[in-house]
Amino acid sequence: MTTDSSPLAQPDAMAQYQRVLRRRLLWIGVLLLAILASLLLDFTLGPAGLSLETLWHALREPASVDAGTRIIVWDIRLPYALMAMVVGAALGLAGAEMQTILNNPLASPFTLGVSSAAAFGAALAIVLGIGIPGIADQWFISANAFVFALFAALMLDGISRWTQVSSSGVVLFGIALVFTFNALVSMMQFIATEDTLQGLVFWTMGSLARASWDKLGVLSAALLMLLPFSLRSSWKLTALRLGEDRAVSFGIDVRRLRLTTLLRISILSALAVAFVGPIGFIGLVAPHIARLMFGEDHRFYLPASALIGALVLSIASVVSKNIVPGVIVPVGIVTSLVGVPFFLSIILRHRGNV
Amino acid sequence: MSEQGLRLRDFSAGYRKQPVLENLQVAPLPPGKITVLLGPNGCGKSTLLRALAGLGKGHGEVWLNGNDLMKQPFAQRAERVVYLPQSLPAGVHLHVLESIIVAQRASGGRLSTAAQQEVLALLEQLGIAHLAMRYLDELSGGQKQLVGLAQSLIRRPQLLLLDEPLSALDLNYQFHVMDLVRRETAARNMITVVVVHDINIALRHGDHALMLKQGKLIAEGAPERVIVPETLASVYGVKGRIERCSQGTPQVIIDGLMPARLG
Repeated sequence: MTTDSSPLAQPDAMAQYQRVLRRRLLWIGVLLLAILASLLLDFTLGPAGLSLETLWHALREPASVDAGTRIIVWDIRLPYALMAMVVGAALGLAGAEMQTILNNPLASPFTLGVSSAAAFGAALAIVLGIGIPGIADQWFISANAFVFALFAALMLDGISRWTQVSSSGVVLFGIALVFTFNALVSMMQFIATEDTLQGLVFWTMGSLARASWDKLGVLSAALLMLLPFSLRSSWKLTALRLGEDRAVSFGIDVRRLRLTTLLRISILSALAVAFVGPIGFIGLVAPHIARLMFGEDHRFYLPASALIGALVLSIASVVSKNIVPGVIVPVGIVTSLVGVPFFLSIILRHRGNV
Repeated sequence: MSEQGLRLRDFSAGYRKQPVLENLQVAPLPPGKITVLLGPNGCGKSTLLRALAGLGKGHGEVWLNGNDLMKQPFAQRAERVVYLPQSLPAGVHLHVLESIIVAQRASGGRLSTAAQQEVLALLEQLGIAHLAMRYLDELSGGQKQLVGLAQSLIRRPQLLLLDEPLSALDLNYQFHVMDLVRRETAARNMITVVVVHDINIALRHGDHALMLKQGKLIAEGAPERVIVPETLASVYGVKGRIERCSQGTPQVIIDGLMPARLG
């Protein structure tokens, strides 16, 4: 039964493994192409109804088209489409790392209160005008949201280390954060004036319409700077999936790994949420698809989760522009509607094992 | 002087301010041999293994083949000592082969062809080469334990600590795992310490035995000398006898609980 392996098993297993690795690389390539296709679609579709030719001209020679078209292409369409991609990638990567270090498939910036904290930060800025003094107007709300999101993420880490609760305890604490900050946001809505209320409600919907080249630059830079660190930890993170004791016994400083990973997650998810508002479920769904397609070798799992996050949000962005003719529905609504059935299927698949 | 084996001097370990083990003295445990660690639940068996591996707090001296582990940085200790916990977490989406490569690479090193060959050879040795591309989730408890053993052995430990490796296994696998552990322990000249609950398994597969009760070492030595009616009574509170079966192997027979002591 256990000893009857054929002598041929050896080279066969390694060849099989190499094939699996090649297939994964191929799928990464497929994802990149799909993202490119979705970007093009996102870029070309929109309420203004510009022809492909006009778009192409506006891209290649901005001076050759009229100012209106130029603004639509360069200041609206392009940052909007690229922002969907970068925010999706940031949330996908952050979600994947979060699920690994908390050892819980329900962990994501959205389910653990990071997004809610950001919303409260934004609410303080919008309704009461409380924020970081001396910061430029266009960054005022985002900066506040960022500070609160970072605070929530670090609190999750602090609570897990000081109280040494199990990772499911951390998830429960995250859910407590969601309720707390949601209540605080409701409180803000309650005391808000009509104008500010509208602004706040719109902010909490999560919309790519807030995209700008500045924000795109900041988030892309953060992603490009942090991704190499994630990839460098990929073996250690994979080992952590075999259980904390095993990982420690393999000589990994798990506490340090957790702390540095959480720091990366905090920055990425806080920035993403601060710039476009809470966008649900990307951080939850992308790692799950990545896990099913690529397994949990983090050398593939982490970049794949980022790419799938980018693809899903990009597609959601296309949908959000076309679901109601002439109107751009906030993309957070679309992702949540897609996310809920997914969430349920995860719970059903694990049958209480989550 | 570089003494071979594992020797503990004044070794204490435990949780926070509550020491579970106090001033343990253990004469050198021999390399190439299996030491079985015995004792009732909560006597400090796991605490001892975890502290030896650096997973839990410990004080004192732990001499492994002439080096005091307690004076070494953690990473260096992890090069020599591997602790294998009871079970794998559920829902891990990794192939068997991947999980062993991860164990090999977790603390650095390049992924060379030689390293890959080593992994394959080990799978072959443990008779699990045919499982290489299966997901960990699809394995039976016994197969998982063998994969865990492979993850541990690929790190070439001098000291291998197995925490109840047999607890979820059927009879066939209990023997299979222990036979493999014995073979590899001898072949690699490792010191292997195994926590077992089954006294008969201990008697049959152990070369050396340690018996703990409430954090104190009650008996140590050859299993037949450690597992005797007196220790069964004082440590486990059971009335037992050791008899040789018709084939000459000693067997423990438990007749029942000791009468409750008065007062």
